[in-house]
Amino acid sequence: MTDIAATAPVRTSWLGRLEGKLSWILLGLVGLALPLLDDSYIGVIAQRAYIYWVLSAGLNLVVGYAGQIAIGWVSMLTLGAYTTAALAAGRVGPEWHPYLALAAGGLMGAVFGVIVGLPALRLRTFYFAMTTLAFSTIVTQVALAWKDVTGGGVGTPGPVFPWPFEPGWGFYYFCFILAALATWVTANIGSSRYGRALVAIRDAEVAAEASGIVKARLFTLIFLLAGALGGVAGGLFASLQSYITPEAFTFEMSVLFFIAILIGGRGSILGPALATIILTALPEFAAPLVQWSTFLYAALLLAIVLLVPGGIADMLDFKNRRPLTLHREIVPRTELLSRVLDRTDGRRAIVLRDISLHFGGVRAIDGLDLEIRSGEVHGLIGPNGSGKTTTLNVISGYYTPKTGTLQLDGADLPFDQPQVRANRRIARTFQTPRLVGAASVLENVMIGGTVHGHASFTEAMLSLPRHKRDERVLREAAMQALATVGLESLAEVRADRLQHSELRFMEIARALMLRPAFLMLDEPAAGLSAEEIRRLGDLIKAISREGVGVLLVEHHADLIFDICDRVTVLNLGKMLAAGTPNEIRSHREVVSAYLGA
Amino acid sequence: MLESILSYGLAVGAVYALIGITYNVMFSASRVFSFTAGMLGMLGGVLGALFIDKLGMNAILGFVLVLACGALLGVVTEILTVRPVLKSIEQHLYVLSTLAFALMVQQVTAIEWGTDAQPFPALIPIDPDSILAIIDQKFWLPLLACIVTIVGLEFLYRRTLIGRAFLAIAEDSYAARALGLPETGLRMASFALAGVIGAMAGFTGAQMLLAYFGNQPILSFYGFVPVALGGMGSNRGAVIGGLALGVFQQAANFLVGGIFAAVAVFAVFIVVLLLRPEGLAGAATARRV
Repeated sequence: MTDIAATAPVRTSWLGRLEGKLSWILLGLVGLALPLLDDSYIGVIAQRAYIYWVLSAGLNLVVGYAGQIAIGWVSMLTLGAYTTAALAAGRVGPEWHPYLALAAGGLMGAVFGVIVGLPALRLRTFYFAMTTLAFSTIVTQVALAWKDVTGGGVGTPGPVFPWPFEPGWGFYYFCFILAALATWVTANIGSSRYGRALVAIRDAEVAAEASGIVKARLFTLIFLLAGALGGVAGGLFASLQSYITPEAFTFEMSVLFFIAILIGGRGSILGPALATIILTALPEFAAPLVQWSTFLYAALLLAIVLLVPGGIADMLDFKNRRPLTLHREIVPRTELLSRVLDRTDGRRAIVLRDISLHFGGVRAIDGLDLEIRSGEVHGLIGPNGSGKTTTLNVISGYYTPKTGTLQLDGADLPFDQPQVRANRRIARTFQTPRLVGAASVLENVMIGGTVHGHASFTEAMLSLPRHKRDERVLREAAMQALATVGLESLAEVRADRLQHSELRFMEIARALMLRPAFLMLDEPAAGLSAEEIRRLGDLIKAISREGVGVLLVEHHADLIFDICDRVTVLNLGKMLAAGTPNEIRSHREVVSAYLGA
Repeated sequence: MLESILSYGLAVGAVYALIGITYNVMFSASRVFSFTAGMLGMLGGVLGALFIDKLGMNAILGFVLVLACGALLGVVTEILTVRPVLKSIEQHLYVLSTLAFALMVQQVTAIEWGTDAQPFPALIPIDPDSILAIIDQKFWLPLLACIVTIVGLEFLYRRTLIGRAFLAIAEDSYAARALGLPETGLRMASFALAGVIGAMAGFTGAQMLLAYFGNQPILSFYGFVPVALGGMGSNRGAVIGGLALGVFQQAANFLVGGIFAAVAVFAVFIVVLLLRPEGLAGAATARRV
C-alpha cells in the first residue's frame, strides 16, 4: 500500500546509474587510449591537465562545496614541487627515493593546506581570499631566497620517477591513475554526509550548526585533503617540468584552477574536471594567444561571475527545468511518526531559570523561567520584540545570556555551543527557512541526520561498507521523514523551487531526522493557509504524543490554543503569564496586552 | 641607517596608508572590498611614467591626467564589477569580480608597458642647495600626498553636503535611500574618489617603487594589512597602521632581510585577525540568527 511506497528507498535504475557514470567511463577510455596516438606533444598536454586536475579536485571541495574563496591555492603546488624535488635531489640530507619524496610533498601540502585554510573559520570572504593570495606570494619569495634548498632563481631539477612510471608513457599513466584516484576520492566525499555538510555550511551555516555539524573539524579534514592533493600535484608537476624555478608557479595557474571550478559549477565534480581539461589545452591550440592567456582567464572569470554564477553544471541541469505540478497539497501522515521518532521514556525536561539577556541597552529577556517537558506542546507567545525567538536562540545555543541557568534533565546545557544540541537530540526550525537551495529536498533533509552517521572521513573517502550503510540508512530515514510531513513526491526536486509553505514542512522533516527528544519551532505557521495551519497543528500535536517536548513560538493564537498543553506569554522580555490555554485565554493582562478583546 | 629606515619606511608607509584609504573609501560606499586598490596604485606609477617620460608632458599636466584616469577606472570598476554583483543574491562574488577586473588591467599593463620595472622621473626641479633638497623628494612626496588626502577627506566629510551624504550612505544605506539620497550616484562618486586617491598614491610613490606592473599585488596586500588590522573604514587606523608597517618592513629589511619581513608581516596579519577578526579597533560582529 501507500505505506510501502513511503518506506522503500529511492532506487535509481541501473540505466540511471550508468548515465551518471557514463561521462566518466568515456573520459577514462579516452585517457587510457591516448598513448595509442603516440604523439608526445598531446601526451604532455594531457599530463599537465591530469596534474592540474589532481590539485583542482581537492580545491573543488574547498571552493565548490564549502564555498571558500581560496584563490592562491597554487602555493600548495609550489610547496609540493619543491619538497619533492629537493628531497629527491638530496638537497636536504641524503637522496630520497622519488616515490617517497612525492609522498613527502603530499604531506607538506596537507600540513600547509590546514595552516592556510583554517583562518577560513574566522575570516570573512575577502580576508580569506587575501590571506591565501599573500601566502602564495610569500611561498614564491621564500623559494627565491632559500637557495640551498630551492636553488633560488636558478632553480632545481625535478624528480625522475623510476620504473614502472618512468618518463614518457609510464609517467603519463602515473598522472592518469592519480587523477582518477583524486576524482574517485573527492566524488566519494562530495556525495557523502561530509559533502552535504560542506554545502550546508556554505549556504545555511546556522542550520548546519543546529544539525550538529562541527565546522572546525570538517574544515580541517577538507583542507588536509585539498592540501595533500595539491602537494602531490606539485611533485608530479616538478617531474613533468624536469626543471623548476619560482617563475614556473605563476598566479595565472591559481586563476586557472579557480575558474575551472567556477565554470564547471559549484558542487559538481564532472563540470570542473571538464573545464580543467579544456582550459589547460586551450592556450596550446591558440598559440598567438599565449601572451594573453592570463587576460583571457581573468575576463572569463568576470564573465562567469556576472553572467552564469551556476556554471556548466547548472546549465545542464535539465531535470530541474521540468515544471512541477501546480496546486500541490501537503498532506502529513502522522501515522508514520512512530517509525521516525524514538519513543522517549520517562519524563525529560529543558529548564530555564532566571535567564536575562541584553542587546546593548535593550533587555531582550529579563528574568525568564521556562520548562519544556517531554510529551507536551509548550506555546510561547507575545508581541513582536517580546523575546520569543531570543529565548529559542538561547536554548539552541546561539546566544549567551547574562544571568541564569539552562538545564537538560538536570544537567547544565552549555551556552554558546549550537553544534552540541544535535547530539542531545534538541532540534529546531527557523523563522525564515534555512536551506541549501541548490540541493534536492531529500539531500536537505539528510543534512538533519548528519550526527547519526558512523563512517569516518576516511571510510567515506574510500566508500567502504560502513559508509554505504550510512548512506542507505540516512536516505531511508529522510524518505520516511518526508513521507511523514507529506512531501515525499518532491524528494528529488531542487529545494529552491519549493513554495514557502513546503519549505516550512521540509524544515520540520529535517528536524525530525535527529529523532529529537525536543523540537523547537520558530513561527512554523507564518505564511501558511488556514488548511495548512490545521494540518501543521495536527502534525505538531502528533509529534508531541510520541513523547517529544515541543516548544512552539507562534503568532497564530488559534493554533496555540488548539494544540498547546501549556502557554507562556512574554511581554518586553518578561513573563506576563503562564498556564493552560484556558487560563491564558481569560487572563486579563494578556487579553489587554496581546490578544485584544 | 636609522635615517634611511625612517625616511624610506615612512614614505613607503604613506603609500600603503593611501592605498588603505582607497580601500576604505570604496568600502564605506558599498560594503565592498575591492582588489582594484592595488591596481590603481600600480597604474599611478605606470601612467605617470608614460605621460611624463614617454610622451613628454610636463609634470603637472601628467599628474592631473593620471588622477583623471584613476577616477575613470574607479567609475568603470563600480559599473562593471560592483553594481551587478550587489544586485545579485550572492553579493560576496564581488571578491572575484573585482579581482578579475584588476587582473585584466594588470595583464594589459604587462603586455603594453612591459614586465620590467622602469624608472620614474623626478617631478619637481629642486635646487640641490635649497632646504627642500635635504630630504629627497621621493621620500616626502608620498607623505605630503597622504597629509593632503587626510585633510581633504576630513574637510569633505565634515564640511560639505556631499561628504555628509557619503557618511549617511556608509552608516545606513537603507535609511539614506529612504531620505532620497541617490545611492548609486554616490557610490559611483566614491569609487571615482577612491580612483583619484589610489592613483595619487602610485604617482607620488613611483620614484621609489618605480613604474612596475608587479607592484599591484604588493600594494593590494600591504595596503590591506593596515586597514584590516586597524578596522575597516577607519582612515586613522589606515594611516597609523600603514606608517608603522612601512617602518617595520624597512627595519626588518635592513636587519634580517626582506624575506623575513614578508613572512613576519604575514604571520602578524594572520594571528591578529584570528584573535580579533574585526580588527584591533573594529566593532564586534553582528547577530546571525
